[in-house]
Amino acid sequence: MTAQHPVAIRAEGLTKRFGDKQALAGVDLEAPAGTVLGVLGPNGAGKTTTVRVLSTLLRPDAGRAWVAGHDVLDDPESVRANLGLSGQYAAVDEKLTGRENLYLVGRLYGMSRRAARRRAGELLGRFRLEEAADRLSGTFSGGMRRRLDLAGALVARPSVVVLDEPTTGLDPRGRSDTWASIRELVDTGTTVLLTTQYLEEADQLADSILVIDSGRVIARGSAAELKARVGGERLALTVPDPSARSRAYEVLGSLGAHVPDLDRRTGRFTVTTDHGAETLEYALGRLRREQIAVREVELAPPTLDDAFLALTGQETAPAAPAPAGADTDPHTLTLAAVPAAGTRSDEETAWRP
Amino acid sequence: MASVNRVARDASIIAWRNLLNLRRTPGSVIAALVQPVMFVLLLAYVFGGSLGGGDYRTFLMGGIFAQAVTFNAAFTALGLAHDMDKGIVDRFRSLPMPRMAVILGRTLSDLIMSTVTLVVTSLCGLLVGWRIAGTLGEALAAYLLILLFAFAMSWVGATIGLMARSVEVAQSAGLIWLFPVTFVSSSFVSTATMPGPLRTVAEWNPISAVATAVRRLFGNPPPGGIPVGDAWPVVHALPYALLSAAAITAAFMLLALRRFRAVTVG
Repeated sequence: MTAQHPVAIRAEGLTKRFGDKQALAGVDLEAPAGTVLGVLGPNGAGKTTTVRVLSTLLRPDAGRAWVAGHDVLDDPESVRANLGLSGQYAAVDEKLTGRENLYLVGRLYGMSRRAARRRAGELLGRFRLEEAADRLSGTFSGGMRRRLDLAGALVARPSVVVLDEPTTGLDPRGRSDTWASIRELVDTGTTVLLTTQYLEEADQLADSILVIDSGRVIARGSAAELKARVGGERLALTVPDPSARSRAYEVLGSLGAHVPDLDRRTGRFTVTTDHGAETLEYALGRLRREQIAVREVELAPPTLDDAFLALTGQETAPAAPAPAGADTDPHTLTLAAVPAAGTRSDEETAWRP
Repeated sequence: MASVNRVARDASIIAWRNLLNLRRTPGSVIAALVQPVMFVLLLAYVFGGSLGGGDYRTFLMGGIFAQAVTFNAAFTALGLAHDMDKGIVDRFRSLPMPRMAVILGRTLSDLIMSTVTLVVTSLCGLLVGWRIAGTLGEALAAYLLILLFAFAMSWVGATIGLMARSVEVAQSAGLIWLFPVTFVSSSFVSTATMPGPLRTVAEWNPISAVATAVRRLFGNPPPGGIPVGDAWPVVHALPYALLSAAAITAAFMLLALRRFRAVTVG
């Protein structure tokens, strides 16, 4: 790694329109050298468009961007020389072997035959592709193709690497393999911009996170900061007896913070609270007095899933209708800062990878 | 603007990659070679008998050569569209390499493909009775002219491939124009019997000029039943063929490159 610009990636006011769709509506971002910036958003949020602008594949309608200190619009050649891109769909040549793929990229970075061959060998080892190195990459598994594509982005030892949804479509094994590879990359001081729809992925890998939706940045900060914006911890417990759930709903609803969420199939209640253990103790005491049996009690900090839902205001499914009486509970208080927290259903687990 | 050396170097690397791809997709190579052989046999024996027999088969080959390399433009269109679809072109575009090299690499590998097509077509011609009657130098000049024209047509194919929104569109758009363009010409018949405007179009069709020039260089005169006429492009077939090849290459090189840069930076 040669001398790095202190801000490795920077964009100001990027906009891009495709027909009548505003793909980017003024995106600003900044990634200090040596950090991982996670760009988080649902499908169609503008993640790939952002990546394409930063990697000189797309000219923005307005705004500016710099990669490793080079202007994306004025000096694309220097940007390309300092940036490694791994796209959303692994761009490996299926009719070339793994080794040939990397050799080809090395040659096109201007390396000599020997240097390109040597670098291909190194990367194949590093990404655990040695055994398959001389097989056509069309025969590779999804995880192997991703790793090969990632290796392709690193051929010229770029100081900045842009990864567009590196684990989309991978099975859990492929995902954890890819995560391990990205961590190794970060350990060598490379700046990484990573887009993902998986909240867990951003949580695991990113130093700071940018949440975008409909081409707009709707939140930014560390994973902890984003979670804090949702506020409180989540108290979850299961009431196995269906006939007791209505009373349990009243008890939990009187805790003060939010409307409890009930999964009617399992009897699992979830409620957000600002007073953690205290609330837990109080709730369990009241439930015991009401002689309501509970199971699987859990108190946990909010996940990024919660933050994401709260920030985008996106509902994954309508919440189960509340039991009678819940709506009129005078003790229920919904925080204005958390617009979507009151109505979550069990479907939200679908947001987790 | 990237240096000529860098363009040549990177284009040859891309061409190497394309040829490796072709070698590993023997199906498409065989299809490319079967097509001219099929046209030789169809025209020589289905139409040939009523158009002049053995003399016609000798006459035919100049047209077949011009047609065969023109049809290879469809492979350029398909190859580029396929690479765009698979994200390979994006990978290339994200590398510090000249834009031109990506397309030039494709047209160069297709030029090699056209050379193979010419060898196979020539062998097939020899089998049906075609002979080179001119000098060795003239024969070499004829082959060079055909390859020059192949290169020009390849840039037309490249432009179509880059404009197509999908591989399927590239496949049909890359193929459909070839039939009128190769048949409204003096490749296989005399233009004399064509109705007025069509006849002019056929006479000025660069493919006619290539076919006519190649026949002269190979020493393959038209049979008595196929008058060639005395229009300017017929009389000056060789210079006109060279000129059109150069003009088509230049025009479509610009078009393809502009298309390639349209949405990209730099």
